[in-house]
Amino acid sequence: MEYFLQLFFGGLSRGSVYALIALGYTMVYGIIELINFAHGEIYMIGAFMGLIVAGVLTTLGWPVLSILAIALVVSVLYSAAYGYTVEKIAYKPLRSAPRLAPLISAIGMSILLQNYIMLAQTPDFLPFPRLIPELAFMDAVSNYLGTSDLFIIATSLVVMIALTFFIKFTRMGKAMRATAQNRKMAMLVGVNVDQVISVTFIIGSSLAAVGGVLIAAHVGQINFAIGFLAGIKAFTAAVLGGIGSIPGAVLGGLVLGWAESFATGYISSDYEDVFAFLLLVVILIFRPAGLLGKQRAQKV
Amino acid sequence: MKSKWIVTVLGVALAGILAVGCGEKKDEKKAEAPKQEAAAAKKLVLGVAGAQSGDLASYGLPSVNAAKLVAKEWNAKGGVNGMQVEVLPMDDQCKPELATNAATKLVSEKVAIVIGHICSGATKAALPIYKDAKVVVMSPSATSTELTQSGDYPNFFRTISYDLIQGNAAANFATAELKLKKIAVIHDKGDYGKGFAESAKKAIEDGKAAKVVMFEGITPGGVDYSAVIQKIKAAGADCVLFGGYHPEASKIVTQMHKKNLKIAFVSDDGVKDDTFIKTAGVDAEGVYATGPQILADNAVFKKALADHQKEFGSEPGAFYSQAYAAAQALLNAVAKAGSTDYDKVVAALHSEYVETPVGKIKFDAKGDAEGVSFSVYQVKDGKYVLVK
Repeated sequence: MEYFLQLFFGGLSRGSVYALIALGYTMVYGIIELINFAHGEIYMIGAFMGLIVAGVLTTLGWPVLSILAIALVVSVLYSAAYGYTVEKIAYKPLRSAPRLAPLISAIGMSILLQNYIMLAQTPDFLPFPRLIPELAFMDAVSNYLGTSDLFIIATSLVVMIALTFFIKFTRMGKAMRATAQNRKMAMLVGVNVDQVISVTFIIGSSLAAVGGVLIAAHVGQINFAIGFLAGIKAFTAAVLGGIGSIPGAVLGGLVLGWAESFATGYISSDYEDVFAFLLLVVILIFRPAGLLGKQRAQKV
Repeated sequence: MKSKWIVTVLGVALAGILAVGCGEKKDEKKAEAPKQEAAAAKKLVLGVAGAQSGDLASYGLPSVNAAKLVAKEWNAKGGVNGMQVEVLPMDDQCKPELATNAATKLVSEKVAIVIGHICSGATKAALPIYKDAKVVVMSPSATSTELTQSGDYPNFFRTISYDLIQGNAAANFATAELKLKKIAVIHDKGDYGKGFAESAKKAIEDGKAAKVVMFEGITPGGVDYSAVIQKIKAAGADCVLFGGYHPEASKIVTQMHKKNLKIAFVSDDGVKDDTFIKTAGVDAEGVYATGPQILADNAVFKKALADHQKEFGSEPGAFYSQAYAAAQALLNAVAKAGSTDYDKVVAALHSEYVETPVGKIKFDAKGDAEGVSFSVYQVKDGKYVLVK
């Protein structure tokens, strides 16, 4: 039972990581039906910005938690600006083009950003400072759950609730839902679609930055390529949960995290990915739109 | 129209901040393009292939420096058989698909001798190309057992011992020196890591003093290895033996400590690198890793070290001595053979002794350097120190 719980919580924290990144994928897809492959890179850039800020503040000798807070704020702002700019440069000019064009543009953007960071920063792995202190009251359960795991789980929970609230109850959220349902119609009734899309990218990128900093602080190292695998896993989580659905992204992330954790624990870590993707295939056979995705009539 | 300008300016500005923000820009010298058309006859091109960029660049760049220093020494003495030696670096990032490109390129440049590649997987991918073109290849670091022991590549040599020996050394150290009984063997599923892990596992099982309680591969690049760590814990292991490279090793030791799993961690020469200590920080303390034996009293070793200090102003990195030895062995063989003729160079490598930083060596029938071996090192106060 103890072993089961250890795997359960391990999967929970891993799944929360996937969920945090998956939220950005799913929001963008929900609004403009684009798989934003550059999202993993925004996550990586957020982590790098966090490292730069943390590096500077650490030499100034600030307390750890305040460094974490400032690093989060700065990298959120910075990544949000990146997300905004990427959309304007790479996706907006292609908005009325066939759907494959922005997809290719997204892949191109991903490769560009990755290589740019490799050249501008370094190809090596860099140590990321331990910004999340081990809190004393977590000692008792540290076998199951570390403080950084708790931070990540709590953050994705808070973010998901806040996002749901934002989309359900605010004016902008309503505009988003309208745009998601039918962009042309929304435009006709006076929704500023361009603004809605920009806001979506800004929010998605901010979440990626939060994920980037927290996960980098948890793992303790970053390099230019970390966005790739994280992006693939998060994208899988988004599809698993039903792409376009916000609770779906979180559920998908958790299911993927648990699948990997239990597969490793009870079978073999050699087969970790095999079981995770087998699960994806099985779920998509029975629920093609994902766990919480809505079956939409195909617009022809 | 105005908005387009704003976007462009914004994009450039953002790009600028990150580039300047860290100011760590390395002014990497790109490979000087060889002027092969001019005076090809009077030049001996020494190819150096390996990871010169990417996350494993720290393994490959020292060999370029080593080759340059050895070439400079020969050139000062009038070159090899009157030919000036020119070093031609070729990057493969330790990726098999890039390694075949690098090999094809070197072959098309009519290079007859190559130092490389650095990683076993990349070397394995590139070797058939060199074999067909009759190019002599010597790796300072590719330790996969089958590269030489399979006998498939008579054109391949190396100045480092191989994984069967390395795995045995690590296994013996864990069982005989540390007297550990339950060993969890983990690897990264790659040619190198798995090869090391398998030979270690076999050595432990044959030794009968200890048991392998777990043998599993992990996914390189993953964000979280806690499930595997819980499994190690549940298996009651008192030692983790890891085959792979330093990025995964540092994540595993860090997460082991987070989960209060404080047992011995023994790994290979893919981990015996200062980058590992840098990224793992305090968690690196106490980690054991096998690595090529260092002959600190050897005169050539001291000279190679001093030359590097003089020329580049820094300590050489991983596999520097091995690469230095490879460059010396190759150039010496060409000099003894009197030409770059494949058969003659190969024969010279097998028969002629040469003084190198790794000892006085020649190569056995399979292509392994005779007399080189592995030692065990441990991280103490942020540095690898010799244990055995």
